[in-house]
Amino acid sequence: MRLSSLFLAGAALLAAPLAAQAEGTLTVYTYDSFTSEWGPGPQVEKAFEAECGCDLKFVPVADGAALLNRVKLEGASTKADIVLGLDTNLTAEAKESGLFAPAGIDRANVVVPEEWADDIFVPYDYGYFAIVYDTETLKTPPASLKELVDGDPSQKIVIQDPRTSTPGLGLLLWVKSVYGDQAGEAWQKLKGRVLTVTPGWSESYGLFTKGEAPMVLSYTTSPAYHMIAEDTERYQAASFSEGHYLQIEVAGMTVNGAKNPLSAKFLAFMTGPGFQDAIPETNWMYPAGKTDKPLNPAFDRLVKPAKSLLLTPDEVAKNRKAWVDEWLAAMSQ
Amino acid sequence: MLAPQAFTTRIAPGVVALAAIAILIGGAFAGLIAEGARDTSGALSAFDGYMFRVARFTLLQAGLSTLLSVVPALAVARALSRHPAFPGRGLILKLFAVPLALPAIVAAMGVLALFGRAGIFAPVLSLLYDNGGWPGIYGLSGILVAHVFFNLPLATRLFLEALDTVPTDQWRLASQLGMGASASFRLIEWPVLRAAMPGIAGLVFMLCITSFTIVLTLGGGPAASTLEVAIYQALRFDFDPARAVALTLMQIALTLTVVVALTRLGANVTGDANLAVARRRPLALGSVERTFNALSILLALFLVAGPMAAIVLSGLKADLLRLIGEAGFHRALITSLVLAVLSASLAATIAWSLAAARWAASRRRRRASGDPGLIERVFDTGASSVLVVPPIVIGAGWFVLLRHVADVFAIAPVMVATVNAVMAMPFALRAIRPAHDTAAARHDRLCESLGVSGWNRLRLIDWPVLRRPLATGFAFAMALSLGDLGVIALFGSDALKTLPYLLYERMGSYRTADAAGLALLLGLFCLTLILVADWLGRERKT
Repeated sequence: MRLSSLFLAGAALLAAPLAAQAEGTLTVYTYDSFTSEWGPGPQVEKAFEAECGCDLKFVPVADGAALLNRVKLEGASTKADIVLGLDTNLTAEAKESGLFAPAGIDRANVVVPEEWADDIFVPYDYGYFAIVYDTETLKTPPASLKELVDGDPSQKIVIQDPRTSTPGLGLLLWVKSVYGDQAGEAWQKLKGRVLTVTPGWSESYGLFTKGEAPMVLSYTTSPAYHMIAEDTERYQAASFSEGHYLQIEVAGMTVNGAKNPLSAKFLAFMTGPGFQDAIPETNWMYPAGKTDKPLNPAFDRLVKPAKSLLLTPDEVAKNRKAWVDEWLAAMSQ
Repeated sequence: MLAPQAFTTRIAPGVVALAAIAILIGGAFAGLIAEGARDTSGALSAFDGYMFRVARFTLLQAGLSTLLSVVPALAVARALSRHPAFPGRGLILKLFAVPLALPAIVAAMGVLALFGRAGIFAPVLSLLYDNGGWPGIYGLSGILVAHVFFNLPLATRLFLEALDTVPTDQWRLASQLGMGASASFRLIEWPVLRAAMPGIAGLVFMLCITSFTIVLTLGGGPAASTLEVAIYQALRFDFDPARAVALTLMQIALTLTVVVALTRLGANVTGDANLAVARRRPLALGSVERTFNALSILLALFLVAGPMAAIVLSGLKADLLRLIGEAGFHRALITSLVLAVLSASLAATIAWSLAAARWAASRRRRRASGDPGLIERVFDTGASSVLVVPPIVIGAGWFVLLRHVADVFAIAPVMVATVNAVMAMPFALRAIRPAHDTAAARHDRLCESLGVSGWNRLRLIDWPVLRRPLATGFAFAMALSLGDLGVIALFGSDALKTLPYLLYERMGSYRTADAAGLALLLGLFCLTLILVADWLGRERKT
């Protein structure tokens, strides 16, 4: 008996790696806050691996816009099957690179505030950019983007670089939507309030919660984290009268990844509850698909934008470089 | 007589080493130029207001850093020179050697731990500001503090070296004539210091123009960006090789201007970690001067030791045991050590080949009794001038060149090790060459008359003598490579993380305690290597 169980154990050991190999591996490039231990990554990985019997590998690459730069640098030889974490402001440019393949999955489950017609990218969550402030150090938060720009320069804000992060790019487009041709002057004014520009969202939010600055560029949904996970009302989003810029986060498969049958499977899985359940309370965004249970009531107490602002992907792709240059010029003066 | 065959065998490795360096630098430029030619419009549009502002800031910070490092260094060096028995003088000088090999990212951590918004001095500094408290040290002020931390001690040591060349007779004469402090400064010290100044200021200026890590970590946004950082961002953020090319050309033009000025003034562009400081007779000094000197030394000591103490203090607060136990730390440590050993071996080999080739060339020339030929100069100062080419530019060039043919992240380890080796080579050469030349002068004739050559000569004659200086150069090169965050920032990825990269990452996600702990560990590794290098160098001299 002992011998046979030993034999069985040995056989199982030998078989295990073979089995894993047969089922394959799926490599997903994403931003770092997605894969961190408190992000959705671990939960998603467990759920998908249970369903596919394969190995799901997340590779963290800083922030959203940095993600696209990385894939473009690697070009056709990229090891990514799926790139998860771009947003609609980057999809046109991502398509133009020719590195992405049509998703070819059913979109019936996708729920986002805008009509979704893109055949390559699949949304997985959305949210509204907002200035999140510390109620203990800032008694009268700005009520509009204009108040933020014209406000007291000694009350600092931490923002993100539009070249590397999707919130940074979001703020750039927000300012553009509100100020138009005057965006450059608005940035020059706002510059005095900026404590520092970080490459990604994680760094900024870390600075903010450490008390280095009373305001940070984040999302209307960020306070939900503090209410649910930390049971505090201390951090709130400021509601802006001009409306808030909408972000729809998407994933897509690369041309290489299209050869891997797991890629389409993952994108389909992403629109269902196995993935979506993790989004509200780990990625702190609104789910873009069906969840098994309703959102925590704390989400009802968040700022609801009077108006949602969103430029079309083509408009962004056409002007991104010029607008980033305008930002650089204003911020470097 | 040096047989023609021996001449060839000794000069060949040097030629190979030079060729390798030429390929490394030439390839980088070829890559950048090819990329620039592909899309010239992008390169031209890069010459915009932003670029000129960045160039202006680069010059501004380098100029101010130089001024703030070199002028006080004059006072400190003079004070140290006039007080040979100053308490702890030897220790202070040893301490002043540390910043040169301390990783820039560790220094940045130290500066933040002192002057950051959550730093040790923040409560005191906040008293000066009524609204919103101390704004922190991001931007120009942070960059300047860090650059002074690096360059004030370096400049002090170099000025001290210059002062030590004053013949003892002059001092004797001065005291016999009863010269006061100002007279002896004017007549004896100033001429020497003034002669050394252009070279030292030039070296500091160049180090500040190419400074990368400090600006990246303490700059805090586009307002305080330098060309070096902008090149990195053009590639890694904007994915705009044409812009990178334009910025590179701008930076090289600026650096070349400085270097040409340097060579005109006969500067020594390598610096030295291990200076011999001779003792001298005590002077009779007035109490005003005594106080001034003591204050200068103490102030400099505070500037240098402050950030170091802050690194230690905040590092000890970190959960060091957990950090040391982390798998990520182990991987980064192993990656760092492997890259540093590869890079240091390469640096020592190249330096040795160049030293041997230069010696062989100079011996042949001396028999022909002419001036140092072109080849000899190339082996000597020519090779050291690689320092004017910023590592980021070499990395960037190969990055765009290889992007089309290979996975740039797969060849990253080779790139990092090679570029670091070439950048450390001038320092290794400084450690190896004097010992090599002395030994060669002593043994060449004997070996030739006995017919000892090739492998036997290497094993029996050269190796025992050169072991120590080679190890000194190796240890120093290893410390430099261990702390590098230039090329690795461009090539680093999830698959290739060195200790400085890991530290930068933790710092970036504001895991400050972890970053402080890593800074302490990294600082200790480099300090150990420097002490080993120093000890090996000292033994050699006795």
